[in-house]
Amino acid sequence: MPSRLLARLRRARPTRRRMVAGSTVLVLLAALVGWAVWPERPPYSTTDSMITVRSGPAGDQPVDLDTRFYLPDGASAARPVPAVLLAHGFGGTKRSVESDAEDLAGLGYAVLTYTARGFGRSGGQIHLDHPDYEVRDAARLLDWLAARPEIRKDAAGDPRVGVVGGSYGGGLALLLAAQDQRVDAIVPMITWNDLARSFLPESTGREPADGVFKKGWAGIFFGSGSGTGLGGLAAPGAAQGGDSGSEGTDGPAGGQDPVPGAVPGAAPGGTPADPACGRFAADVCAAYLRIATTGRADPAAVELLRRSSPAGVLDRIKAPTLLVQGAADTLFPLAEADANARGIAAGGTPVRVAWFTGGHDGGEGPQTDRDRLRFLMAQWLEHYVKGSGETPSTSFTWSRIAGFDALDRGLVATGFSVTDYPGVGGTTAEPIAVAGPAQRIANPPAGNPAAISALPGTGGFSSLLDGVAGDLPGQHARFESAPLDRAVDVVGSPKVTIRAASPTGEAVLFVKLYDVDPNGPAALSNGLVAPVRLTGLPADVTAATPVTVTLPAIVRRIEAGHRLRIVVATSDQGYATPVEPVTYTVALAGPAAGTMPGMPAGAALTGAEVSLPTVVGEPIATPAVVWRWALAGLVAAIVLGLVVLVAVLRRRHRRHDTSVHPEYADTPLVVRELRKEYADGFVAVSRIDFEVHRGQVVGLLGPNGAGKTTTLRVLMGLTQPTTGEIHVFGHRLVPGSPVLSRIGALVEGPGFLPHLSGLENLRAYWRATGRPWADAHFDEALEIAGLGDSIHRKTRKYSHGMRQRLAIAQAMLGLPELLVLDEPTDGLDPPQIAEMRRVLRRYATDGRAVLVSSHLLAEVEQTCTHAVVVHKGQIVAAGRVEEIVGESPSTQFDVSDVDAARAVLDRLAGVRVLPETNGALVVDTNGTARSEVVAELVRAGVGVDRVMPRRRLEDAFLALVGENSRGSGDR
Amino acid sequence: MTATETATAPDAAGGAAGYRPRATLSIGAEWRRQASRRRTQFALGFMVLLPLIILIAFQFESSGDDDNGGGEFGSLIELATTGGLNFTLFALLVSSSFLLVVVVALFCGDTVASEASWGSLRYLLAVPVPRARLLAVKLAVALGYSLLALLLLAGTALLAGTLRYGWSPLSSTVAAQIPAGEGLLRLLGILGYLAVVLLVVAGLAFLLSVSTDAALGAVGGAVLLWILSSILDQITALGVLRDFLPTHYSSAWLGLLSTPVQTDDIVKGAISAICYATVFWSLAFWRFTRKDVVS
Repeated sequence: MPSRLLARLRRARPTRRRMVAGSTVLVLLAALVGWAVWPERPPYSTTDSMITVRSGPAGDQPVDLDTRFYLPDGASAARPVPAVLLAHGFGGTKRSVESDAEDLAGLGYAVLTYTARGFGRSGGQIHLDHPDYEVRDAARLLDWLAARPEIRKDAAGDPRVGVVGGSYGGGLALLLAAQDQRVDAIVPMITWNDLARSFLPESTGREPADGVFKKGWAGIFFGSGSGTGLGGLAAPGAAQGGDSGSEGTDGPAGGQDPVPGAVPGAAPGGTPADPACGRFAADVCAAYLRIATTGRADPAAVELLRRSSPAGVLDRIKAPTLLVQGAADTLFPLAEADANARGIAAGGTPVRVAWFTGGHDGGEGPQTDRDRLRFLMAQWLEHYVKGSGETPSTSFTWSRIAGFDALDRGLVATGFSVTDYPGVGGTTAEPIAVAGPAQRIANPPAGNPAAISALPGTGGFSSLLDGVAGDLPGQHARFESAPLDRAVDVVGSPKVTIRAASPTGEAVLFVKLYDVDPNGPAALSNGLVAPVRLTGLPADVTAATPVTVTLPAIVRRIEAGHRLRIVVATSDQGYATPVEPVTYTVALAGPAAGTMPGMPAGAALTGAEVSLPTVVGEPIATPAVVWRWALAGLVAAIVLGLVVLVAVLRRRHRRHDTSVHPEYADTPLVVRELRKEYADGFVAVSRIDFEVHRGQVVGLLGPNGAGKTTTLRVLMGLTQPTTGEIHVFGHRLVPGSPVLSRIGALVEGPGFLPHLSGLENLRAYWRATGRPWADAHFDEALEIAGLGDSIHRKTRKYSHGMRQRLAIAQAMLGLPELLVLDEPTDGLDPPQIAEMRRVLRRYATDGRAVLVSSHLLAEVEQTCTHAVVVHKGQIVAAGRVEEIVGESPSTQFDVSDVDAARAVLDRLAGVRVLPETNGALVVDTNGTARSEVVAELVRAGVGVDRVMPRRRLEDAFLALVGENSRGSGDR
Repeated sequence: MTATETATAPDAAGGAAGYRPRATLSIGAEWRRQASRRRTQFALGFMVLLPLIILIAFQFESSGDDDNGGGEFGSLIELATTGGLNFTLFALLVSSSFLLVVVVALFCGDTVASEASWGSLRYLLAVPVPRARLLAVKLAVALGYSLLALLLLAGTALLAGTLRYGWSPLSSTVAAQIPAGEGLLRLLGILGYLAVVLLVVAGLAFLLSVSTDAALGAVGGAVLLWILSSILDQITALGVLRDFLPTHYSSAWLGLLSTPVQTDDIVKGAISAICYATVFWSLAFWRFTRKDVVS
């Protein structure tokens, strides 16, 4: 229907209300997005400067340090702020720690970051945190801080300062705190206790001179000349901070000139560099070259590394220390922090230890770890540097990889805490028996091919090796346990006792602990191995003395059903091994009962107990727990909101005016001043008043678009009127009024479920009313529908007329007191129309009433007792059909000679011939009796065939609405 | 129709005898209305059929070593034939991202819009079924059918999978095997979370359903918006805005497979879904109880 389409189009047109609502939503959305992505102005200012400090053994060698100073807004001499000296990792620059510095500056600390000597744009050579060089440099920077008026001071020349750093920077923090008592607190992260032991570890407790050289890490440490920073060596905060490779354009002050500093091979200032040592100091370089050549450390080299180690000076550290160490760290394993913690705590200094799942191999770790460490550091500094906040507890916190994050495929760590730091030995030890025969394994010449356990310097990539770690056939021996009957949470260093025999009397072996999943690969926790160098070995393994190997500390849950596997290998990519090919025999400490499948006959089974340290900790609640409360609160709020809403609606419903308008109590329908104006301003109904009384069949007559259907829609509660009232039996009718149940309706054509038969449709409709079946009077309805057997066919197969009849039947279900039918004869054939007229007239006889809308004049005239003529949204006439039609003054004459008749009639006084197009003669007799007119015509010899009074509704209709055929919808 | 029949006696509120607003369009009546529809029968039938089709497909064992992707969770496919629980998990995995979305959108998006397009909506309102009641009943039945579809899918998969592959622990590569009993609980948890996440689709489809009389528009619109949200969620450049996408947490149920279970994202996902659904439904009720029904 074009008028419907037009109406729809009109409604879709932008009205002012829609515009306002739409633009409000748009603005809000834009504001939300803008707010989310808008860069915040940092609450601090930064100053880059080169600071010249004098250090060296005599304190007289000048060196330029490239620094950046972050000063929080509002800091002044009147309101001095505490400071943090932030040191970077090996190979980094002041830019490596940018994000940490910004973080700390945001917390209200003045932060001084600097590029250590030998790196970046700073001058000098690398002395590996030498007390006379790097450490003294840092002490001079404390002097610089003390000279600034905005920095808080404990005494003249003594700034309130904390020192924070990771790896190389962490070592500096420890050494500086030992050397300079002005330091108020330190947070050393993923750093060493003994640099000699770190690079020359030995897991049976021997000195670094007998250690196995960690050539992989050492090579990266020393030899990386590619110009990229060592991400893995930087502080945890910078490990993934994007510093790697950024040295080329080092800061705004760095200009565009390539910064050669990161490359050991060139020093700033154009000094020709030693190609062998780069920016390393000569003594450090020489020591490295000696160790790397032989794979063994001489006492001088050990002495040099020890000089750069906190191990010997821990008793002098009085600054409260927060030690952070990573479990995924094959360079500085957990045992290093453990040694530091024990050493510092022995002097009575507060120490707190935290382990996380990252490290030199694992990077920053998962978000939960980063959050925890950030919190711990902020809390530590707040109390010990800023001087506010409660004393932090010294509880030990650690975390374990719990699995993969389901959303971003990253790792997920669960945090745990326990009141006292247990050390790497754990609080309890769980012995697990492993067994296996003595096995012969070969040492590959020149350490090639070698097993790969970790990939140093690749950051988080090493963790991917879990389970891939390749042990080469013939180069390793395996000893396995039975499946564990329950899960064990390992926190600390496992121990196992082995025996080995070697024809040369010496052996270098790598002992590893695997977690063997029966359904999956065996996993080597973080690629950590225990290198051992055994001497004085017999040639026969039965004569060998058992040695206890302390495996690297791990944090791992070994699930029930998994096995433990001890692997003893002869080679490892990351370590220097003997060049000569030798075949060793390895076995576990003692004999064991039983046999194993695949074991050569006669071979004795050897066994030992792996001691797994465990710690039972409380899981740390992550901030995410808040969301659970939020969820509970949300659900509660929704439920509460629903209850309140229902209560309010009920109350309003109860208050609802159910009074009966006494005047209209017995009138089926009273419409008063009805007006409907659509949102786009179209007035469909401007003012309509009419009544339908009992016993009446009222016709609502009007051209298309006059407002009939809108009136009926309002009457059915489908549309809200703009103004006006409708009363049905005195009850005010609004959408959903119960009184609607007394009205049966057919509005705008039938509406049936196409997949149901006619009868099922009627039943479904009646079921939806919830009224008793007996009240429906199905038989009468079906009789009216007159569909015969077709009532059992699906309505989608019905013709238009069948549907129309079914719809009228549906409207009559329950015999409603008021029947409202919109164009009821639409689609019916003439006999059915005649039948329908009878039905409607009869329907109105029992005190019921019928309202029929139609644009067909004849239908209204023949069906209705009363008519309401609507035009352009207004009533132009209402009353009994006869009254509206009235006694028409015009008469139609069928005559033999029209022209003659015209001449005759023109002579008659008062009689006027109306213009008629189709040849008929229509005459306004104007009071003259028709018989007289006929007599005149006959007298004049004109034959009269027929005389018809023109009292047709059509005349009335046309007289009322005008002859313009354009619908009032086109107003 | 004879003259002896009397008009029905009115009650105080003006309703016909036997008419009570709260008795109109009962849940049962609406359930039967929907049950009689082909689309309901087909959708539910397919839920039963799908696991059986998958089961048959697994019988065609191929030597092709396809990498199905998805990293650690991708191996759920390889584990699908290890037992009934894993088979059910697989069936849920393959259907959760699209099929279930379409089914829920179908039940919730079609319910009002199709009545409007048939023209039967105005007759229900003229009964009169109070508008809020009409919506509440339609929503409850649509959600009921959605839940039924989910349960049918899982139930059939569990039954067929257990009969074919046996009753064994729930295994995944992200964590240790979960004993069958606890695995069943986890599976129920996954079903529950999926049901909650799909509330977003239900809300969106229902809102569209009351806003249009084209059923296809409501169903398709909801699915399209869901896909749009999924695509946006792939764009990491959106940063924190992604957290507010309705689909962002849609796969958080995978966290229930690890030990200990990762519930943080599930909780966030539930909050997100409930918020969206509440907003959509509120808008739907607000709109429908005020609008002029012109269909």
